[in-house]
Amino acid sequence: MNRPSIPDISLLRLIAIARKETYQIFRDPSTLLVAFVLPVVMLFLFAYAVSLDTRNVRIGVVLESDGEAAQSLAAAFSGSRYFSVTPARDRREIEPAIVAGKLRGYVVIPQDFTNRLQRGRTDALVQIVTDGTQPNTATFVANYANGVIGNWIATRNLAATPAAIAVQPRFWFNPEMESRRALIPGALSIVMTIIGTLLTALVVAREWERGTMEGIFSTPATVLEILLGKLLPYFCLGLIATGVGAMLAVWVFGVPLRGSVFTLLLLASIFLIPALGQGLLISTLARNQFVAAQLALLSGFLPAFMLSGFLFEISSMPKVIQFITIIVPARYFNAGLQTVFLAGDVWSLLLPSLGALLLIGLVFFVVVLRKMRKTLEV
Amino acid sequence: MSARWIRLRAQIIKELLCLLRDPRSRIVLIGPPIIQLFVFSFAITLEVKNIDVALLNHDVGGASVELVQQIESSDLVRRIRVAGSERELAELIDAQHVLAGIVIPETFSRDVAQGRNATAQIIIDGRKANAGQIALGYLQTIVGHVGATLRPTTMSGGGGDAAAVRHWFNPNLTYRWYVVPSLAGILVTLVALMVTALSIARERELGTFDQLLVSPCTPTEIIVAKGIPAFLVGIVLASVMIGAAVFLFGIPFTGSLGLLFVCLMLFILSLVGIGLMISSICSTQQQAILGTFAVVVPAVIMSGFATPVENMPLALQWIAECIPLKHFLIILQGSFLKALPPADVFANAWPMAVIAVVTLTLATLFVRSKLQ
Amino acid sequence: MDSATSPSIRIDGVVKRFPGVVALAGISAEILPGRLTGLVGPDGAGKTTLMRLMTGLLRPDEGSIDVLGRNTVRNQGEIAHLAGYMPQRFGLYEDLSVMENLQLYADLRALPPAQRRATFGRLLEFTKLGPFTARLAGKLSGGMKQKLGLACALMARPDVLLLDEPGVGVDPVSRQDLWRMVSELTGEGMAVVWSTAYLDEAEQCASVLLLNEGKLEFSGKPAELTHRLQGRSFRVVEPEGDRRRLLAQALDLPSISDGVIQGRSVRLVARAGEPIDAARPLAEAVNARIEPVAPRFEDAFVDLLGGGPGGSSVIADLMEPVDLASDTAVSCSNLTRRFGDFTATDRVTFDVRQGEIFGLLGPNGAGKSTTFKMLCGLLKPSEGSAHVVGLDLARAASAAKNQLGYMAQKFSLYGLLSVRQNLEFSAGVYGLAGAEKKGRIDEMIDAFELGRFLDAAPNDLSLGYKQRLALACSLMHRPPVLFLDEPTSGVDPITRREFWTHINGLVRKGVTVMVTTHFMDEAEYCDRVALMYRAKLIALDTPDALKRQVARHDDHEPTMEDAFIGLIERIDAEEAVR
Repeated sequence: MNRPSIPDISLLRLIAIARKETYQIFRDPSTLLVAFVLPVVMLFLFAYAVSLDTRNVRIGVVLESDGEAAQSLAAAFSGSRYFSVTPARDRREIEPAIVAGKLRGYVVIPQDFTNRLQRGRTDALVQIVTDGTQPNTATFVANYANGVIGNWIATRNLAATPAAIAVQPRFWFNPEMESRRALIPGALSIVMTIIGTLLTALVVAREWERGTMEGIFSTPATVLEILLGKLLPYFCLGLIATGVGAMLAVWVFGVPLRGSVFTLLLLASIFLIPALGQGLLISTLARNQFVAAQLALLSGFLPAFMLSGFLFEISSMPKVIQFITIIVPARYFNAGLQTVFLAGDVWSLLLPSLGALLLIGLVFFVVVLRKMRKTLEV
Repeated sequence: MSARWIRLRAQIIKELLCLLRDPRSRIVLIGPPIIQLFVFSFAITLEVKNIDVALLNHDVGGASVELVQQIESSDLVRRIRVAGSERELAELIDAQHVLAGIVIPETFSRDVAQGRNATAQIIIDGRKANAGQIALGYLQTIVGHVGATLRPTTMSGGGGDAAAVRHWFNPNLTYRWYVVPSLAGILVTLVALMVTALSIARERELGTFDQLLVSPCTPTEIIVAKGIPAFLVGIVLASVMIGAAVFLFGIPFTGSLGLLFVCLMLFILSLVGIGLMISSICSTQQQAILGTFAVVVPAVIMSGFATPVENMPLALQWIAECIPLKHFLIILQGSFLKALPPADVFANAWPMAVIAVVTLTLATLFVRSKLQ
Repeated sequence: MDSATSPSIRIDGVVKRFPGVVALAGISAEILPGRLTGLVGPDGAGKTTLMRLMTGLLRPDEGSIDVLGRNTVRNQGEIAHLAGYMPQRFGLYEDLSVMENLQLYADLRALPPAQRRATFGRLLEFTKLGPFTARLAGKLSGGMKQKLGLACALMARPDVLLLDEPGVGVDPVSRQDLWRMVSELTGEGMAVVWSTAYLDEAEQCASVLLLNEGKLEFSGKPAELTHRLQGRSFRVVEPEGDRRRLLAQALDLPSISDGVIQGRSVRLVARAGEPIDAARPLAEAVNARIEPVAPRFEDAFVDLLGGGPGGSSVIADLMEPVDLASDTAVSCSNLTRRFGDFTATDRVTFDVRQGEIFGLLGPNGAGKSTTFKMLCGLLKPSEGSAHVVGLDLARAASAAKNQLGYMAQKFSLYGLLSVRQNLEFSAGVYGLAGAEKKGRIDEMIDAFELGRFLDAAPNDLSLGYKQRLALACSLMHRPPVLFLDEPTSGVDPITRREFWTHINGLVRKGVTVMVTTHFMDEAEYCDRVALMYRAKLIALDTPDALKRQVARHDDHEPTMEDAFIGLIERIDAEEAVR
């Protein structure tokens, strides 16, 4: 009756569980939707819908003066590629459009414009009014309207001395300053968080809910085999999604990949450790799909969106919130992706990120392995 | 009381109890959204401040000293890190220790003194497209001011700006005034969708849906009863958040509260319709959760919260019209800051009503077809 | 080690507590190799807890369990290699096919590839799942799922096999298969533990462990327990008139502890020390004779647990007599339902008369669930029509549904609502309000003794009370027609008797009952039985007439189970000839 002792990890069992999980992934349309369709949609949206490069902002130009100079300034606004101008004679015509959100601001060229100009006064020549409800656009309107006026003054006064100090801006890594280039790597990190954390949390919680965990637990499979077997397919799924996402980013959306493919996949692999670990931890705590989904949303997806620094600058956040971002894996992944895509294999930058990811992942897995025993005890 | 109304009432009570009887699910419903409102309203800012910049100064003259002092004393910059060489500057940017680098050439002060055009180079880390651009804007303004004080142009009467800028509705461009109402809309979307999407799928997974289908309840009654708890939860959540926005965040509310609530109801109704549509085609909770996700994430991105809808390609703008959140954000922001007139409110309210009617009808049809 | 004499499992003073309850209060027992040990007891006795303790999935609070000499806490890993376990909620992946499930468990149990072909072949033949290897497990019928679960547990020829209620929801034919499979295994020296609520199964076990409220009430050969009942079992043979009424009257006698309908007779058990004579006047009133019979294990079981319930049902007494305009309560003609190119129900026609118990029987997958669902309006027929109380389910769905009560196998209670809230919900969805609603709910609470649990969650109730609650919910609107879909699946005999007491009472008031079941002794309660096989109605008659159809000679008294199996084999034989 004695049988030879069997080693703790069996590749056969590991593969068996992984294969089972793979079948399940491909049988459920909802996992396919989230793993393959959502990433493409997200990349597409971040390439086309989310654009921080503002162009053709709709503004009004209120021309209260008929003078040649006023006409010329109005023409300068119309000619600017940053603005799409609605002309008016009276600001009362324009204001309802601002309230309705149809225009984002207006410029008033006042009656005494020509007079003041002739007297050589340029302070408060014109008024710029913006729609302050959208601070981003308001800032943009103010800055670029000022720019148009500045240029116009410069061309009007060829005789006058040029501006004392000029600024020559240069953008490294992203010379055109296309927001797409910075956002698409960020979008990838969100997609990966969804696959790694949400999907894992749900599938493990489902096994508890449906009672299939009991069947698996009664077999010789060890906890480690069960966990690794379950995670392996999602790990691969995550890498495939990264690969597909990267190909789309490079070939369709024109984002450069300055680093190597190897580094990209390495980074993604390392990121998946804390992401999957977090999903596992959630499901061991919740054992119920609804709560697992809520927790994954709260602790995984939203922080990846809001706190990873891809849309919103971490250093501008209050100290407390900056502190919270330290434990958000997506933060490091996002920084790493931006480096690999736009800067290259800068190991001095990548290594700290990889280290942080490994550390967070390690913590998650230690907690999971301590929590999860091969029993049904709670 | 007609039998239909009694049936409906029983179902509504059941749905509310299912949702709210368990203290844990009450907490999960209300707690996280409120926490998120607070955390994210501080986290989400497109303001850029407290950044570090690198300085490579080849010049020793007074003009460059003045420039550096001005930059150092601004809100934008926390610390200036002096680089000794081009390489050091590059390293600081590469390693993301600084967001921007300023290079002042040897001839800078001399050029200023001699009335030539002095040029300072500003290098921005393009990986951070957004923050970089904003920082550049600030830096340009600072440099402009320095230039104006050092050498007033002949045209300038008092050294002031050529244009007087006024930010209407939000004079100081307080970012939170924008973020808090918008977040309220987003979080209500998430909660209302999740609650409704799970409602039918859960009953189906647990087997109680059959019991409901053998009862005299009609598909329309089932849909109405399933919609109401999410509707109430959404209204309560939104009211709490709007209250927090006014009383805790001190955001001015200038519009009509009554009108806003009418729109809120339409908004939630349209969400309920979408949620029930998802729920009626899903057979498991997992499908409902993931389905909701696949809908909600793109919807939030395209709602105009992150970037204005008018910046999107035309085709996407059309799709955005189908997103209730897009319309509601306009009403919400308008009601807070702009005293949005009824006509403008209506212009954004009717699309939500259309969405609600279409999705609720489809959901009812889906439930009915499940009987076949 | 001599495996013939030393026990395979040694349970020593095991105590297991859960918050608020003591699930097992000091159990000691031994389970021997090469024989089938039955684990029996009413719901909530601790059977599943003991099973899980034996697999090591739970840890005992006190005491210890050794499986093949290995402690379940310290050596759980080794036990997993040596023992096969089939959980009650089958641990199958519903989105994996039959073959994929088998392969998964073969891999998990490290079955050498060389043996795989032979093992799979043997298991598939065993389970008759051969033709369905590509089907998703979720699409299998209940019995097929159980057989697949068993096949997975048997994958590596374990030395110990633990089966938690493998017979639930399995039709008699499949149950025979299961028994055949298991007895072959014990013949090879395997120790098999089979937990069950079916006492005819327990009777066939080599030894039983009888648990009640966490205590071991009996351990030994079933015959030993049965023997205690010697001289107390008898039957009233061929009474005239309504057997159900006779049974109810007999059960109300204080000296009678238990009784069931058995064919044309009523079988009764007297209380210890009570003479059989007490029932004599009843029998004489219906011109029947009383004869002693050999006790069954079930008699002993019910007696050990204090006897069955009385014969009258408070709820049935409260119910107003139903009087329908038409004599036909439920009817269907040419009822057909196709799923793609698969026909689940093929031109089924029958009428159910008012006030009868109509049984719908058939092997798993024969199409009775589909038929049943069409009759209560859960599925639309592809062809044909179904009427309830003369109302067409397709046209006047809401009105027709008001006339029927429905109780599903899973009871369909809202776990998130309290007992009272569940009752209020059922009253509400059937349009009851105000004083009427309050009155009905109070009635139900009294009749089913739910008063103690009003604020509890249904999931915390024992199975018996869950069943009472579910029945209360489906009777709230006093439906003239009651649909019961495997209402007693997995329910212990005492709760089952109580359930039938209510049903019998309701039928006497004129309620029509339509029921599907796998318990053949329950089929005996039916006035008429429709037997479905391969989507077709193959027989429709009274239980007695069906039994006569398979009787080999005049003295042969086949059981309902014999009739069931015989009729199906007859169809198979006819097919084979063709």
